[in-house]
Amino acid sequence: PNIQQGRQRCIYGEVSPTEAGGGSDSPAPKPAASPPSVPRPKDDFQEELVIRPLHSGDIYTSFQFRTLWETDFTRENKVSHYRLFPKSLGQVISKFSVRELHISFTQGYWRTMQWGQPYLPSPPGAELWVWFQDSLTDVDGTWKELTNVLSGIFCASLNFIDSTNTVQPSASFKPLGIGNVTDHQIVCTENLTPWKKLLPCGSKAGLAVLLKSEKLFHSSFHSQAVHIRPVCKDDQCKTTSWELRQTLNVVFDLHNSGQGKNEWSLFKMFSRTLTEACPVASSSKIYIDITDNSQGEQFELSPATPLLSQAVVLGDRRTFSVYDLTQQITFGTMRSLNLLIRGKSSDMLRPLLHAERYVAGYGLQTGEIHTLMYNNHPYRSFPVLLLDSVPWYLRLYIHTLTVTSKGKDNKPSYIHYQPSKDRVRPHLLEMLVQLPPNSVTEVTLQFERALLKWTEYTPDPNHGFYVGSSVISSLVPSIVAMDTNNSRERPLFSSFFPSKEESSYFVRVYTEPLLVNLPTPDFSMPYNVICLTCTVVAVGYGSLYNLLTRSFQIEEPSPGLAKRIANIIRKMRGVPPL
Amino acid sequence: MAAPLTLLLLVAVTVRAALFRSSLSELISERVEVVSPLTAWKRVIEGLALLDLGVSPYSGDVFHETPLTIYLFHFLVDYAEVTFMVSVAGSSVFSDYLFRKQKFALEADRYPLDCLELIRSPKEMYYIPLKVAMFYLLNPFTILSCVAKSTCGLNNAIIALFILSTIKGNVLLSAIFLSLATYQSIYPLTLSALLTSVPLSCLINLCVTQWICVFLFWWFIVQYAFMYLGSLFVIICLSFFLLGSWDYLPSVYGFILSVPDLTPNIGLFWYFFAEMFEHFRLFFLCVFQINVFFYTIPLSIKLKEHPVFLIFMQLAVISIFKSYPTVGDISLYMAFLPVWSHLHRFLRNIFLVSCVLLACSALFPVLWHLWIYAGSANSNFYYAITLLFNVAQILLVSDYFYAFLRREHHLTYGLYLKRKDGSEATLVLK
Repeated sequence: PNIQQGRQRCIYGEVSPTEAGGGSDSPAPKPAASPPSVPRPKDDFQEELVIRPLHSGDIYTSFQFRTLWETDFTRENKVSHYRLFPKSLGQVISKFSVRELHISFTQGYWRTMQWGQPYLPSPPGAELWVWFQDSLTDVDGTWKELTNVLSGIFCASLNFIDSTNTVQPSASFKPLGIGNVTDHQIVCTENLTPWKKLLPCGSKAGLAVLLKSEKLFHSSFHSQAVHIRPVCKDDQCKTTSWELRQTLNVVFDLHNSGQGKNEWSLFKMFSRTLTEACPVASSSKIYIDITDNSQGEQFELSPATPLLSQAVVLGDRRTFSVYDLTQQITFGTMRSLNLLIRGKSSDMLRPLLHAERYVAGYGLQTGEIHTLMYNNHPYRSFPVLLLDSVPWYLRLYIHTLTVTSKGKDNKPSYIHYQPSKDRVRPHLLEMLVQLPPNSVTEVTLQFERALLKWTEYTPDPNHGFYVGSSVISSLVPSIVAMDTNNSRERPLFSSFFPSKEESSYFVRVYTEPLLVNLPTPDFSMPYNVICLTCTVVAVGYGSLYNLLTRSFQIEEPSPGLAKRIANIIRKMRGVPPL
Repeated sequence: MAAPLTLLLLVAVTVRAALFRSSLSELISERVEVVSPLTAWKRVIEGLALLDLGVSPYSGDVFHETPLTIYLFHFLVDYAEVTFMVSVAGSSVFSDYLFRKQKFALEADRYPLDCLELIRSPKEMYYIPLKVAMFYLLNPFTILSCVAKSTCGLNNAIIALFILSTIKGNVLLSAIFLSLATYQSIYPLTLSALLTSVPLSCLINLCVTQWICVFLFWWFIVQYAFMYLGSLFVIICLSFFLLGSWDYLPSVYGFILSVPDLTPNIGLFWYFFAEMFEHFRLFFLCVFQINVFFYTIPLSIKLKEHPVFLIFMQLAVISIFKSYPTVGDISLYMAFLPVWSHLHRFLRNIFLVSCVLLACSALFPVLWHLWIYAGSANSNFYYAITLLFNVAQILLVSDYFYAFLRREHHLTYGLYLKRKDGSEATLVLK
């Protein structure tokens, strides 16, 4: 696409209501500044919502908003037309030479065994992974600036991300990037609002109207993420465009939000119903996973919809009922859509890869980190890449690393270990482990807890310190053939991790974060300690000084005080002393 | 003399072997009083494992041993227990040999007549080497240090060799061993002040005139300094070539001097710097490190005729005030105490000091357990015992110093001193 020369930035204004349901390439009314001969850049916006009832009675909803932005930064001009793509993120990409950026804010822990695999995994807390362009030289400085800018954009305290909790993994996250996971970030409404602002329609139209904070945060699991990456427009990948995906995953609890009844509706979950699609969206759909409900005996869906779709996602072929919000007929006579799902879903497929992590040992001196990885495939074994980033104050001893499967030693085929430097960088451990079929693999590692300076403790030191989740990435063999044709139109949730081969799909599992106690000094004592220790040193100094500088002499007894005064008076009188 | 020594060695080796094989060895090797981040065996193994993984052991902050130590243990890692036992046995044998060879001036006519009872008889002195060996081998601190495979034992062996070669008069060997000891931990540098006192006693015969004396003295100093610095330089360059980088300098010497690791130990540094205000950290770090080196020159001036006592005082000062002391360092200077058993009549606080030392040694593990495992005490308890232990050590050392100086005074002026009016006199320091 041709891009204007010079530093013009044309920001197109609001889209008029007549554009509702329009295509992706009809622009807004032209502002006077732009010359008419230049073709408008083609942006594309798609939104979708996937609802999956879980067999425990909970319900999993996943929003995905995708904006495609056709522009080319590699050409030497800084012009950017911002139509649907948010300007703040576009500036971030161009200023910091970012190739890919993934940021997620999660509250709660994804329970894989009860809920299955999520469409987009995310660890508890905040996570930021960035790939920079090859042309970037000062990675550390750029990283620091980038974290500060992002913490401003998302109103999150990402500026605590510094070198002490940032790692550069060599294999787990390809292409090579810098990543960081910080935990214990309470995700709250202040993070949701700026996230919603990045959407083209904001929270005024389309699926984003459902995103009301009081219901969203009253859930078991809540994760919002922003993923920016370049995507190929065709199979030969001659041109790329930027893709911005904003995802929001929520799991509503049966007892908290559902009041114990196996009946879910959009109004019950979000306290809103849908009235229209986002006018600038090229597609706006709702998918309900009805694979377990083939004959309609498990749960019923109302209003009924004739549209059906099948997709291969997470190694399984699933069937979905589709509601197309761009069609007026979806909204019925009431002009509002309130989906009702009554009943429970049946048992779900056991996830093939699953992991747990915990700290063993007692006392505040040493401990052991145990990571358990479950391979539930009955006859296939596959390799997994385990990435662990442990803060420096837990001193790991790599010679105590043991990996056992089914009671026998299982030596990892690749280990990359970067030991920590005190107060500078954390430990980084990456291992490639082959998991035998139908087995549990246990990785244990001993550590020692360090005593920190009194100023380095958090305000509540006895709460403990968080250790970030470890990341387990793997290509898991899939039951059905995956679709490797990436350019075909597919639902968004099935196209996030492109499959390169048909027999396996990419899975990333995050373990629980750990909470570790460290020995603490007494915080009320700095002055006392300084005084007492200096006293001991002074005792040593004083004794040695006395012995070195004085010599022995015979002591003449000195007369008492009365006698001395009498002697003085006598001297004054001129009389001999006593 | 050989038979009791052999018997002693057998007993010591048996005790250590028994402890090595028992379950206590794991427990002991984790005790913070016995191992420090500088000397722990676990960290040596970790360094070797990092080397196997292809990562430099100094890229992290776990390993703080010198490159020569890595290479020594690279070959000896399976025989580690034997190595440590050999070094311990070696140091005791050396010190035994050493004290047998020590010359004692029996110039009775130099001293006033009533001092004869202060001079040691050959019979007493006959048993001193055995007592020294016994004090070192059967000291619970040494046993614990050996069973924990702390590299402090190696350091002690090198220092014992240095003392032996110094007393024997072998200048080259003494310089080499001193440079090895300094290379491993910086503090034995203060022992080089010894060279001011040794030449005086060695060269006293050669002094024909005063100018020759001075010239010989300075010539000796230059020679010694040259050999010492030369061998130190050679060892440091050898370490560079062993691992191919200078990474080990900040990891070993920077670590000893800047004390970044605040793991509790029996010294004074850890809690002090855990509770230090950031603004003053550098200042107090300098003060505490200078404190170790500060007593070198005054002590060597005062004790220039008594090199063995000077060594004892220096070792004691290093063990008390170094940045990561362990009980292994303490056992080294305590092994010297039988040499001065004749001073016991002048010691003033020995009962108090020994009681405090025993009590503190017993309380260290108790309060550690209460803080770290039971959670019912906090770090202040352990810190208090640390303070008390160090005060007791300081009192012990200064008491022996007082007794030594007092004996010297009596040897010069007579034992039973009288005041001007004929009554019994009291001596004070003025």
